Amino acid sequence: MRSPFRPDVVPDAAILDDHKPLIRDLERRGLIRGGLSLGALVMLAGCDVERPKAVETALLAISRLNDGVQALLFDPNKLAPTYPASMILRPPKFNAYYDVMDVKPVDGAAWRLELSGLMADKRPWTLPQLQALPQTSMVIKHICVEGWSYIGGWTGVPLRIFLERIGADLRARYVAFRTADDYPSSIDMATALHPQTLLATRYGDDLLADPFGYPVRLRMATKLGYKNPKWITAIEVTNDYPGGYWEAKGFPWFAGL
Amino acid sequence: MNQVNDQTSDIAAQSPGAGRRLHPLPVRIMHWINAVAMLVMITSGWGIYDDDVIIRGFQFSGFWRLGDWAAWSLNWHFAGMWFLTVNGLIYLVYGFASGRLREKLLPIRPAELVQTVVDTLHFKIAHEDLTVYNAVQKLLYIIVILAGVSQVVTGLAIWKPVQFSGLVSLLGGFQTARVLHFAGMAVIVGFLIVHVALALLVPKTLWAMVAGGPRLAARRRAKQGHLT
Repeated sequence: MRSPFRPDVVPDAAILDDHKPLIRDLERRGLIRGGLSLGALVMLAGCDVERPKAVETALLAISRLNDGVQALLFDPNKLAPTYPASMILRPPKFNAYYDVMDVKPVDGAAWRLELSGLMADKRPWTLPQLQALPQTSMVIKHICVEGWSYIGGWTGVPLRIFLERIGADLRARYVAFRTADDYPSSIDMATALHPQTLLATRYGDDLLADPFGYPVRLRMATKLGYKNPKWITAIEVTNDYPGGYWEAKGFPWFAGL
Repeated sequence: MNQVNDQTSDIAAQSPGAGRRLHPLPVRIMHWINAVAMLVMITSGWGIYDDDVIIRGFQFSGFWRLGDWAAWSLNWHFAGMWFLTVNGLIYLVYGFASGRLREKLLPIRPAELVQTVVDTLHFKIAHEDLTVYNAVQKLLYIIVILAGVSQVVTGLAIWKPVQFSGLVSLLGGFQTARVLHFAGMAVIVGFLIVHVALALLVPKTLWAMVAGGPRLAARRRAKQGHLT
């Protein structure tokens, strides 16, 4: 009897040639070994290397619940510890989803901060306008989700003052950012209004250097490093969840410290 | 608390065979929830660790990590933590309220501890009576319970170092808390290796944690025998 698995139309021989190395790799021994270790892994850790959709959905659901728990734990009046200026690391640590060599500097003179969403005044801002607002300095610990940390000194206008100045709806849920390096990010309004949340323009005594977000970046003492976008080009105040670069890849959104 | 415990023992003595088992059902359920949660926390923790190692040159291979990369290791860790913490809290409340912890794990006499170590080195591992733990077992169980509590505390500190900044400075700073969290894992993994190896060597202990083990009446006799 003809095998039901045999195709009616025989594939082009060239395709078989293309896949010859792959077929050669399909050793039975390798398959058994792979199957055994996969079984062992599933038994040991209760996981699946394929990360099935159901597991992913469940983990993301818990992550969203955790966002809610983190928002409850967040005390808007609790200040992060600060440190003496002598402890500032110079230069700060560079970290992005690409190498420092691939940083594309932003022209501060041509730079404009675009505004949109729930606010009274949507006119774009220039760098001198931003620097003319009341400035605050803070020497705080930067904590990366990976585990490393360093102490950095940041100066800029508190985001709260900026949001008040543009007549933003401070009861909105989110403040979202777009950047020159295509690194969208967003935070909750409570953190946006925290006194240690700055639109930073200076590091230590100097203007921000190119790799660290010149002309303007976000610096928060109450969130993990990846929540602090650099080279900000646009701010939006919104009630619709804006997400972010790493959040889209599975990282937690709230990421509060 | 004493009174309650004595009462239940008396009831068990009155109706032999109908008493509670060595490992009551709640203990067994909590044990296996904890076993899975611990494995999730340990293996996902290794996935998080690998992104920024504490010991230079030391990484866990992908085979042992839960989560195909850091984001998912992190999500596993932040999901598993609720099961580990809530289950662990219920276990401790149950253990203290029922008197089980004190009954099983105390007292530990130094002389007995030394004797057990000497016996073990001579391959005299006495495990005839499952209802009584030897001094080394007691000590190891106390250490691993404390390590579990420590993991929750240091974990909370590195999860929320600003909201719990007081706790972080008490632990010696963020990086120290992180190292303590790693060290706690090492202690628990060390316990796990001994615990699993011995359970496999004496399979009836493993079965007791599934089916419940001997009835409480037997435990009472053993306890009296132990005291005299």
